[in-house]
Amino acid sequence: MSAVPTLLARGLDVSVAARALCTGLDLDLRPGELLAIVGRNGIGKSTLLTTLAGLRPPAAGTLTLEGRALADWPARDLAKRRALLAQSQEDHFASTVLDTVLVGRHPHIGRWADESDADVDIALAALAAVSLRGFELREVRTLSGGERQRVAIAALLAQQAPLCLLDEPVTHLDLDYQIETLELFARLARDEGRAVVAVLHDLNQVLRFADRALLLTGGGEWVCGPVDEVLQAEVLSRAFCHPLKELRDDGRRYFVPA
Amino acid sequence: MSSHPPATTLPSPVALRAQRRRVWVLPALLLALGAAFALALAVGSVAVSAAELWQIATGGDAGMAGDIVRSLRLPRALAAAACGGLLALAGALMQVLLRNPLADPYVLGISGGAAVGALLAMLVGAAGLLLELSAFAGALAAMALVFGLAHGEGSRTPTRLLLTGVIVSAGCGAAVSFILAVASEQSLRGMLFWLMGDASTASRPGVAVAVLGAGLIACAPLARDLNLLARGDGTAQVLGVPVVRLRLVVYLLASALTAIAVTTVGSVGFVGLVVPHLIRLAFGNDQRLLLPASALAGATLLLLADTAARTVIAPAQLPVGVLTALLGVPVFLFLLNRHR
Repeated sequence: MSAVPTLLARGLDVSVAARALCTGLDLDLRPGELLAIVGRNGIGKSTLLTTLAGLRPPAAGTLTLEGRALADWPARDLAKRRALLAQSQEDHFASTVLDTVLVGRHPHIGRWADESDADVDIALAALAAVSLRGFELREVRTLSGGERQRVAIAALLAQQAPLCLLDEPVTHLDLDYQIETLELFARLARDEGRAVVAVLHDLNQVLRFADRALLLTGGGEWVCGPVDEVLQAEVLSRAFCHPLKELRDDGRRYFVPA
Repeated sequence: MSSHPPATTLPSPVALRAQRRRVWVLPALLLALGAAFALALAVGSVAVSAAELWQIATGGDAGMAGDIVRSLRLPRALAAAACGGLLALAGALMQVLLRNPLADPYVLGISGGAAVGALLAMLVGAAGLLLELSAFAGALAAMALVFGLAHGEGSRTPTRLLLTGVIVSAGCGAAVSFILAVASEQSLRGMLFWLMGDASTASRPGVAVAVLGAGLIACAPLARDLNLLARGDGTAQVLGVPVVRLRLVVYLLASALTAIAVTTVGSVGFVGLVVPHLIRLAFGNDQRLLLPASALAGATLLLLADTAARTVIAPAQLPVGVLTALLGVPVFLFLLNRHR
């Protein structure tokens, strides 16, 4: 692991209107790490992710990407270094799957240049990674929700950013693709040293794939640390307002609603 | 992810790359525009032969035919073509800006403002340059009004812009009706022709041609950013597009193009709506191709429509806007249903 953290937050306050979502957050995200953000609906997971992406200024505190203040990054350079998978995809106009994935190449292509053969090859490799080779010329609006989500993941892969911020990456996906998608990002972290932040709802997936977890508990409070420390039945039961029971099988922990 | 069965036929990367390049579209459209131009110069009360046209084009003296072509048909054809291009380009830009394939250059009230300006000028008996300046001022006033009012919370969302534009248009419509109601009998016909779009009075085609050229050049480096803007502000922002600035530039550009077109030929409907839509259905939504292709196709369409407008019931003339609407409505409905 390299010495420079990919993403560094110090005393970060995130708030919407007057409501504090997260107060005084300190976070070191290093290359190769997968951090899961968990918490109830509306607790501020997406807003925090957008703030980490540099798309919305924090109320207070500092955010640093690769040693440089996030706000100081020129937009296009920033787009080469961090990618964000939005929670839902909007398609206002018809577009082929290939063209939609090539959108991820935008920051890498000069203003006066067009997508090169290499860019198309990168897009095709990204489609292969989400098992959508052969869908290149399909219209995105004719795809199912899960297929559309995988196209969005492919576009994010084509962006080739060292920091991947994922807002509910496995929403709409069948169970097999949920596991494969999370395995893909765990592999990207492990093998390519990318830093991944993912908003996840399934606590068992967090236990299985994440290195660390950030639990938002409301009122600006948070718990962050290694997954096994943060994910404890008691604190989770309080955070999700429902009693959770811990099961163990084959050395692995699982949470089920009691 | 290898456990899933692969698709039966995988298009090769080479085939996919080739499929994305549509190099023939612009030359083909340019050829069509050239043909429409030749037709526009040749037909009319005095038919001009191809040989005579060639003679005129190469600087030769073709007698009366030469005078007719040079001083009557050429300026009118240039005005119609340039304004068709302006309207189609402005329409394509508005459709990206409002992220709505049914937006047109007039949706933000620009033509309404121009109409009020032009009709007010006609009401007080102004004509020529004064009328054009008044129409242009009206367009700019409507544009400033919409832009000023739609500004809230630091963002001009498509919905807010659209609603503000629709309301300002409605207000302009009421003002136009009021002016028509109080106008004298003799000025009424001119007003109605202006409202329906009419290229016969276009006196300064050079301005429209120059603005169209400038508009196309301005769009060229923005086209890929516009592709992203069409996919949503969020997508564009994440990928490094300066969304707020781009929206402002596109708004001002589309408004200026529309204002020049409306000032030159009056409000000609449907070109700005139908042409970008047809091009999008045929060749996709890549603005690098869509914007210039729309401009060329719009120029061709309005040129043909204007040629028809002055020949079908000759010696009388139809307002060209009536023809574009009569052609545009069925074509649009047909395509919309075919692609359902």
